[in-house]
Amino acid sequence: MRIPENFRSKIRSRLAVTLLAAMTIALAPGVLNAAVFNPQTATLENGMQVVLVENHRAPVVTHMVWYKVGSADEPEGVSGIAHFLEHLMFKGTDKIAPGDFSKIVARNGGNDNAFTSWDYTGYFQNIARDRLDLVMEMEADRMTNLQLSDDVVLPERDVIIEERRSRLDNSPGALLGEQMRASLFMAHPYGRSIIGWLNEMEQLSTEDALEFYRDWYAPNNAILVVAGDITMDELLPMAEKYYGVIPRGKDMTRKRVKEPVQHAPRKVTMHDPRVGQASWSRYYLAPSYNTERAADAVALDVLSEIIGSGTTSRFFKSLVVDQEIASSVGTFYNPVAVDLANFGVYAVPRGDVDLADLEQAVDGEIAKVINDGVTQDELDRAKQKLLDSAVFARDSLSAGARVLGQSLAVGLSVDQVESWPERVEAVTIDQVNEAAKRVFDDKKSVTGWLMPSKDGPITGGGAALPITSGEGVH
Amino acid sequence: MNKLIKQITACAFASVLSFGLTARAQAVEVQEVVSDGGIRAWLIEDHMNPLMTMDIAFTGAGAATDPEGKLGLANMVSGLIDEGAGEMDSQTFRGEMENRSISLSFDAGRDDFSGSLTTLTRERETAIDLLRLALSEPRFDAEAVERIRAQIVSGLKHAENDPRDIASRTFFKSIFGDHPYARPVSGNFETVANLNANDFRDFVRRAFAKDNLIVGVAGDITAEELGPLLDEAFGSLPDNSDLPEVSDVTPQFGAIDVVQQDIPQSQAIWGQKGIKRKDPDFYAAYVMNYILGGGGFSSRLTEEVREKRGLAYGVYSYLADLDHAEMMMGGVATRNDAIGQSLSLISTEWSKMKENGVSQEELDNAKSYLTGAFPLRFTSLGNLSGMLVGMQKEDLGMDFLDRRNAMVDAVSLDDVNRVAASLMDPENVTVTVVGKPEGDLAF
Repeated sequence: MRIPENFRSKIRSRLAVTLLAAMTIALAPGVLNAAVFNPQTATLENGMQVVLVENHRAPVVTHMVWYKVGSADEPEGVSGIAHFLEHLMFKGTDKIAPGDFSKIVARNGGNDNAFTSWDYTGYFQNIARDRLDLVMEMEADRMTNLQLSDDVVLPERDVIIEERRSRLDNSPGALLGEQMRASLFMAHPYGRSIIGWLNEMEQLSTEDALEFYRDWYAPNNAILVVAGDITMDELLPMAEKYYGVIPRGKDMTRKRVKEPVQHAPRKVTMHDPRVGQASWSRYYLAPSYNTERAADAVALDVLSEIIGSGTTSRFFKSLVVDQEIASSVGTFYNPVAVDLANFGVYAVPRGDVDLADLEQAVDGEIAKVINDGVTQDELDRAKQKLLDSAVFARDSLSAGARVLGQSLAVGLSVDQVESWPERVEAVTIDQVNEAAKRVFDDKKSVTGWLMPSKDGPITGGGAALPITSGEGVH
Repeated sequence: MNKLIKQITACAFASVLSFGLTARAQAVEVQEVVSDGGIRAWLIEDHMNPLMTMDIAFTGAGAATDPEGKLGLANMVSGLIDEGAGEMDSQTFRGEMENRSISLSFDAGRDDFSGSLTTLTRERETAIDLLRLALSEPRFDAEAVERIRAQIVSGLKHAENDPRDIASRTFFKSIFGDHPYARPVSGNFETVANLNANDFRDFVRRAFAKDNLIVGVAGDITAEELGPLLDEAFGSLPDNSDLPEVSDVTPQFGAIDVVQQDIPQSQAIWGQKGIKRKDPDFYAAYVMNYILGGGGFSSRLTEEVREKRGLAYGVYSYLADLDHAEMMMGGVATRNDAIGQSLSLISTEWSKMKENGVSQEELDNAKSYLTGAFPLRFTSLGNLSGMLVGMQKEDLGMDFLDRRNAMVDAVSLDDVNRVAASLMDPENVTVTVVGKPEGDLAF
């Protein structure tokens, strides 16, 4: 059983963190010698990119518009404005009254939502194919005609502050993650939470939102991605009719500062009485598909699969099964970014194991990777798993749209997505080992210790009982 | 629903029903497959990608049947049967799964024990063999038992301080008293420490049988191909399960419980009496709940609490049906000094719904969403096979997918308002709040 699906499915904004989970499945696509999603593409005269992934399983479509702007593009002092604007995009135009957007979508049998990340902001609707033109008209309308006033903006500011409390302030683990990112990125805006610092969020204004909107929302900074029961011959005229008539905006370039050379490992320790279970994690600065040493990124995909994915991965076998020092361990890595990425390792101690001992054991495993590298057998198995995952990614209506939208939004090409399996297949042991040596550099790392209060944890009354969600077939 | 699987016929379809979404898209056809050995499954064939999903449930084998003193038994078994079986120890078994991209997992709910298998067509035989081994020859090696025990204990430690976990634990204790539904699915530190391999083997013997098995399959497989696989996976199970009866229970509502925790935002859940899934008025209640708090941005609760006043990020209500009790529940999280205001607004909406019902326009909008969005559930195989299990468990019939939208459309304004008047019970709502709420709390 799960925590109420209702809570997750009824909320509007998703942050990148939640997308990440989908991406590790979805962006691990590939079947040898086969393209991944077989998308068709076009570009409108005003510069808006169009991408289609046909899928005729059901008479429905996913319609998404991705803007190439995210929280890392925010001016200083208004952190959270990208995400706040995402919420405010539902507050109406001269044609659509505040709050009506989602209601109109629902009345037409559709779901809609939106999400913000460091590098992009996206809006989507899932709906019957014969309602596509309706949602397209509304999405095009709010690309340039957003109307905002304090009477709708100020209550929504309270909503994003409650959202921050739900996601971060009520969760010590999430708060520690926020502190660790801030430490990992010393200069780059990836160090800020997408949702923003509370003190800055409290001051965000209608004008801040409109200024950000005018700076970044235009067809030449947007990507239309549609997946579902429609052909390009049907889609393109519709896209031209609704999006093609919007005048091209000024040229936009992201102005990102470069992360300086880092000289020392950092450690962040958080004691909190709300922590029942201690945990350990470490972030390393890592290349993305867009940065220097982008070639390392595919090798790191493979490395992450070998050492930290699943219950037969190298780290799991050693630390959980053989040494019995951890109850779980894993790695995460998402190289789909405009600038640097983050290679993460996490572990939960087993029983009363001290975090210092756990850290020593993890460091031992990392040292083995650096000194001895991975084996041919590990490499072959990891590649096969990554290649297989393409089929699973293709099964979902929205996975292809998400992967393509995300990739294009950070400046990758469709070819880079589609050739991913070939690039995985081409990875050699030496490439994995060299990439591992470069990424596991303590000087570019932050280690996080999450611990109960020094006075010991609060003791509640026994174990948790999951909430019954409205499951069943209705 | 323990009456499945009686007849023995050759592998054949009892019937084929089609759910025509439009002329253009593939229709969704539900087939019933009965194997030579008499194992029955519902199947939706879909050959778009070379993969298949299978969902199974053993009804009545959930945590509610955990013996007193052995709480968490079903849950721990669900974590162990895919950790070594037959000749394979845990790492060998998991290696077979992971190297072949097979995912196999089990879960214990309050009522049922369920399983889920996803495999590429290429690995289908191995996947089915792993499923068979997990169900009939799990090993419960000491290494795996202690490792999974440590994971569960780690989860219990986390849950001990998690506001949402505390809220649900407190809430269920409050409404279910001594009934098994009040007990934690994952057990507690004491019981989990004491569970052993004898307990697990005993559970497997009693819980996994042909008479309480439900199977739903979707994807790249034909009925002819599925029949023999059903026998292979489930043919060696005993005919009859041996599980204690869980009694029906009427939850007790009306309490307001506060658990103090030093967090900036109070987490509240609430609940009142519900409606049985089989009740002829179920869809009227379902539509009503959509309008009240089930409909996301179209719901009254979201409008009042979030849109107008910015008091919460999420606020919702839903119908929760267990086999032996039914509830209507909801949740909200608001900063400590305003949680009372959120609850007061929600309470007002509760009463308004009872007294005034809904408008024709709200009803029409709800129906057009609920019927229009139904095909969105057919967009992944996992959704389909899961739905096939639910349809069988609830006795909805093979033609449910065909009839469902008509049942929603048949709900009249009178139906909704009559059900609202009788179901909504603002005087008897249990509320649990975790946080440092300020001011008066009432519902």
